[in-house]
Amino acid sequence: MHNQVIQGLREKKRAALARAVTLVESGSEHAPHILEQAYKLKGRSKIVGITGSPGVGKSTLVDSLIGVIRERGHSVGVIAVDPSSPFTGGAILGDRVRLRSRTTDDGVFFRSLASRGYLGGLSRHTGEVITLFEAFGFDYILVETVGTGQSEVDIMRYAHSVLVVMAPGLGDDIQAIKAGILEIGDVFCVNKADRPDADRDVAVLEAMLALNKDWQWKPPVVKTVASQGKGVPELLDKIDEHLEFLKQSNLLEERVSRSYLAALEANLRRETVDLILSKARSDGTLAHALKQLSEGKTYPAALAKQLVKTYLIRRND
Amino acid sequence: MERKIRVLVGKPGLDGHDRGAKVIARSFRDAGMEVIYSGLHRTPEELARMAVEEDVDVVACSILSGAHNTLLPRVVECLKKEKGTDELDVLVLAGGIIPAEDVEFLKQNGVDEVFGPGTSTQEIVEYTKANLKR
Repeated sequence: MHNQVIQGLREKKRAALARAVTLVESGSEHAPHILEQAYKLKGRSKIVGITGSPGVGKSTLVDSLIGVIRERGHSVGVIAVDPSSPFTGGAILGDRVRLRSRTTDDGVFFRSLASRGYLGGLSRHTGEVITLFEAFGFDYILVETVGTGQSEVDIMRYAHSVLVVMAPGLGDDIQAIKAGILEIGDVFCVNKADRPDADRDVAVLEAMLALNKDWQWKPPVVKTVASQGKGVPELLDKIDEHLEFLKQSNLLEERVSRSYLAALEANLRRETVDLILSKARSDGTLAHALKQLSEGKTYPAALAKQLVKTYLIRRND
Repeated sequence: MERKIRVLVGKPGLDGHDRGAKVIARSFRDAGMEVIYSGLHRTPEELARMAVEEDVDVVACSILSGAHNTLLPRVVECLKKEKGTDELDVLVLAGGIIPAEDVEFLKQNGVDEVFGPGTSTQEIVEYTKANLKR
């Protein structure tokens, strides 16, 4: 099956990309073969992360950005993440609702992902899905995170350029000096700029950014009204400028290698956790350990160290 | 990890009522499925493209406009074209205001099942789980 999918990816068949994403997301036995080939096939897409609180207009902005990117003659793949229910594992993936005009455009591919319990603003396999999109050869890849609070900063590990979207009236100037999501923006966008307070919010952001004196790249703040497309061409210009800056200053390589590290780390965690749990489950250690925990004879951190020692560290005997 | 069931809840055509579609979407979600909602006023071409890109197992269309005999066979046709095969691995469901005498016609034209008003959401979820094509 994976050969068919890989061949389809080479021939740029949409159904093949779609199926590849499904296989990778569900941890299929075919996934490693597909990813191996995808790593060989992948070219250089511009990977743009788009993040911000729920309701600031990320999806509408994505729709608008798609329009501008297409008008400029480039292809674009979109990965949009929405949350899964912690109770049933189900999800409503609603980002498509805002995609109004370009659904059947051959230069656009849109895929919704559910976060599946992963908390960093993306899903567990988003990094690998990005690789598949790169293999398909889009000029731009837009990755829209779940509506984020303050600390979902995983997107910075995968994107070349991070766009933080805000809307007027969502916080005072103490919010702007907090750590977290405001630190990861390469470009800021105050959307819904036809509302009152937009100019004040731009001023607050710029004042916050001015506190740092030694920017190599000072993040620009752009006002947009995404529902009307206002300010969106200028926004894409700023994103392009940032990518150009990364290239000129050799920082792009650094970001790319950061994303490799992130992917490696995610896989290592998954592999080791699966390995330890399955071994501990099959030899009865896990049941015994849980019993000890409930009896207060040990605590989780100690137990975790013990399990790593038991199953991962090879003894020299 | 087992593969999640993915469902596209689609609103083809011009009717602007999606309370029912949202209730169904919610029921699929509560049954542990991942539901992509198309939004209102979609063409069959758009729905087929979405179904392919999202790689869904189920396309569930809600129609209250009376245009089901035109739109639904067209959705099936577009799906076959997008997928490049007549053997669809997608379950095609319809719901909404669809007269009983139209059901046979729809089934002959590629719709797998039709659910009218009064169907319990549980029945729809159970049917879906039992009749997946892949």
